[in-house]
Amino acid sequence: MFGITFNDIRPYIFPVIYALVIVAFLPLLVGYITLAERKIMAHMQARLGPMRVGPHGLLQPIADAVKLLLKEDITPKNADALMFWLAPLLSVTMGLVAYAALPFGPAFQIADLDVGLLFILAVSSLGIYGIVLGGWASNSHYSLLGALRSAAQLVSYETAAGLALVSGLLLGGSLSMKTLVETQDQMGVWFVFLAPFSFFIYMVASIAETNRAPFDLPEAESELVAGYMTEYSGFRWSLYFLAEYANMIVVSGIAVTLFLGGWMRPLAAVHMRVFGLPYDLLDLLPALIFLGLAAWCTKLALRLGQQIQKLVMFLVVGLFVVLAGVMAWSLTSPALMPGIHGGFWFVVKILLYLYGFLWFRFTFPRYRFDQLMKLGWQFLIPLALVNLVMIGIGLVLVQQSGWPLGITMIGANIVTLLMALWLVRHGDKVMTAPRTAEDDLPVAGAGQIR
Amino acid sequence: MDETRTKSGTQVETTVLGADEIILNMGPQHPSTHGVLRVKLKLDGERVAGSECIIGYLHRGVEKIAEHRSYQQFAPYVDRMDYVAAVSNGLGYCEAVEKLLGAEAPPRARVVRTILTELQRIASHLVWLGTHALDIGALTPLFYCFREREEILKIYEKYCGARLTTHAFRIGGLQYETYDGFEAEVERFCNDFSQRIDEYETLLTENRIWLGRTKGVGVLSAADAIALGVSGPVLRASGVKWDIRKAAPYAAYDQYKFEIPTGPNGDTYDRYMVRMEEMRQSRLICLQAIENIPSGPIMARIGKVLKPPPGEVYHAIEAPKGELGYYIVSDGTTQPYRVRVRPPSFVNLQAFDQMARGSLVADVVAIIGTIDIVLGEVDR
Repeated sequence: MFGITFNDIRPYIFPVIYALVIVAFLPLLVGYITLAERKIMAHMQARLGPMRVGPHGLLQPIADAVKLLLKEDITPKNADALMFWLAPLLSVTMGLVAYAALPFGPAFQIADLDVGLLFILAVSSLGIYGIVLGGWASNSHYSLLGALRSAAQLVSYETAAGLALVSGLLLGGSLSMKTLVETQDQMGVWFVFLAPFSFFIYMVASIAETNRAPFDLPEAESELVAGYMTEYSGFRWSLYFLAEYANMIVVSGIAVTLFLGGWMRPLAAVHMRVFGLPYDLLDLLPALIFLGLAAWCTKLALRLGQQIQKLVMFLVVGLFVVLAGVMAWSLTSPALMPGIHGGFWFVVKILLYLYGFLWFRFTFPRYRFDQLMKLGWQFLIPLALVNLVMIGIGLVLVQQSGWPLGITMIGANIVTLLMALWLVRHGDKVMTAPRTAEDDLPVAGAGQIR
Repeated sequence: MDETRTKSGTQVETTVLGADEIILNMGPQHPSTHGVLRVKLKLDGERVAGSECIIGYLHRGVEKIAEHRSYQQFAPYVDRMDYVAAVSNGLGYCEAVEKLLGAEAPPRARVVRTILTELQRIASHLVWLGTHALDIGALTPLFYCFREREEILKIYEKYCGARLTTHAFRIGGLQYETYDGFEAEVERFCNDFSQRIDEYETLLTENRIWLGRTKGVGVLSAADAIALGVSGPVLRASGVKWDIRKAAPYAAYDQYKFEIPTGPNGDTYDRYMVRMEEMRQSRLICLQAIENIPSGPIMARIGKVLKPPPGEVYHAIEAPKGELGYYIVSDGTTQPYRVRVRPPSFVNLQAFDQMARGSLVADVVAIIGTIDIVLGEVDR
């Protein structure tokens, strides 16, 4: 029919399936990340968090999603209706498109682009248009200020993040996400150990890029009510929300791929083969982790009072047992094992990285806008530049003069560390421009407003 | 530099970059205006060029109500002004009426009043600390603070049955004898509390972001503070050592040793440090007081119907937020002719514009938080 044979569409089957899986599961994952966020926050703050909807609040994300979908969708009277409608769509679309190049496992990747990393960076920074347009179209001062802050913040921190990623790229020698992981596999070391400062800079910058605390100025609740999202409600609001969490997962994915060994098992170079088993003992870890979760949930379930809650909790236990079974079973199949285990480790690493995001949010106060800019331009960017140059020099020495990689990198990082210490101590003095007549201009409206 | 000059009255206004100013209405419904304060901000970019506090959204006519109630009947109303520190409000009112009557509460009542009022100071400062930190973006201290405040509220609940608007005191003394184990519970709270303050301080005091957000923000000089009539921790942080507990002791404060913390710079950080230290001092006062609560009656003999002689009285106490004064005029009947309240929040709020001008929007919420206002008291 139409002259298309099965062989023509064959290369597209798996990517389409992967895309469908991601689009279908991402909202669910985001929902449960918010639940995890609330539970972790609650436990850090000596309280319980959601406990009512389902056992230990397990069904809360579903209830929240239903609530958001049923909420009245309001467009402010003076808003630019088209832009107001378009903006959240733009944000969420760009957030989702970035997943195309993210390798969840050696096989689970929609498209292994040669410029994968560049593609993700480009697409995810387009999401800012959604925020700026949304803030502008809302025709509200809070939204506008939030949008402006967001734009300035993204531009500043994208630079630092980009410079940090470049030093990772130098080590990996490729822009393809898949190759980056494979290089780390071959070298037997994660890049975070070779370039810890790049990882640190990227981590700080990625928090700022996704507008998360302590850099959540664009939506600073106590200042701008909700920033660019102030006028949004219902489903459109949830699109923004989805975009924010999708972006968090994307930046975690980049960090995991580039610095934390992607889908590789931790201690991938260590092999423990005993009793003549056909697989590595450490490969049993995923199954054991799921069994541990199942045991923990069983313990929680037994304490629950209501039968229905017990039932739901035991269903969760069942889910974990099944997943443990899948992990164990895949060990017997050399074809499936790398894919399934790779996906598992990738998601686990993303979740750990996100845990860092959450932890920062509950611990730190919020930066002020000028302080945020100062941190970006006067600390992170100079540090990233020095770090990049040092790693470049180190790599040249390794490749041209045959210096040992480990020691060279330690030396390069020590120089960067010294630079960081110097910046912390003296950065303020050196970087601040001397006061000019313009600085002393009176701020307008010295009189009373009325 | 693009210079746009506009005439506004006689003043020539020049904004940096020549951009237009925008008027931003903060409140009355805003997450961090602590109730229903409305602040009209004139913004040049994110910089505050001028501000105006618009109040009255919570006006309930408390002072007018007083004219139609007997002296005892009005006492519960004062709890609803600064509802975060209801006990302190009650103390001020009861002592003012006692002064008008020429009566004095018995020693036992005075000591118990002191203990409860100092606990209230801690509770009020805890609410301030939690919300102030929340405004600046630190989510967690709020819950730690409320955890300790809960212990204080439990003591109130056991003492008089209410937690927030307690009506703990009566004119002439106390309605209720302390419950069994009162001293032990206060002591246990005080002993635990010293570590708790250290816990809050680990989260904030030396945090770089916290320092950046509070140091040099909302500076109020001592001269300005006095000129504006500011009192309480806000005044003391500007370096003025003024505390009515020392200057004109009431209740049983003359019996206890405590320090008056002051700050060197009058910025938000100093106000933070002053209040933290005040909590420690309050804890010490409580510990001293429970050592030796005198026995004896808890109520002075003042009769059931209060008819103060015609005249007027002003009595001020050091409430958690500053000088809380009651001016009462009696015409010799059972109802006051006029009650005027000098609320610390209302007066301290006058300093807002002075502190906020030239700072950024983010500082505005820090400054509202650091003044520690309660709108129930501002609007009355």
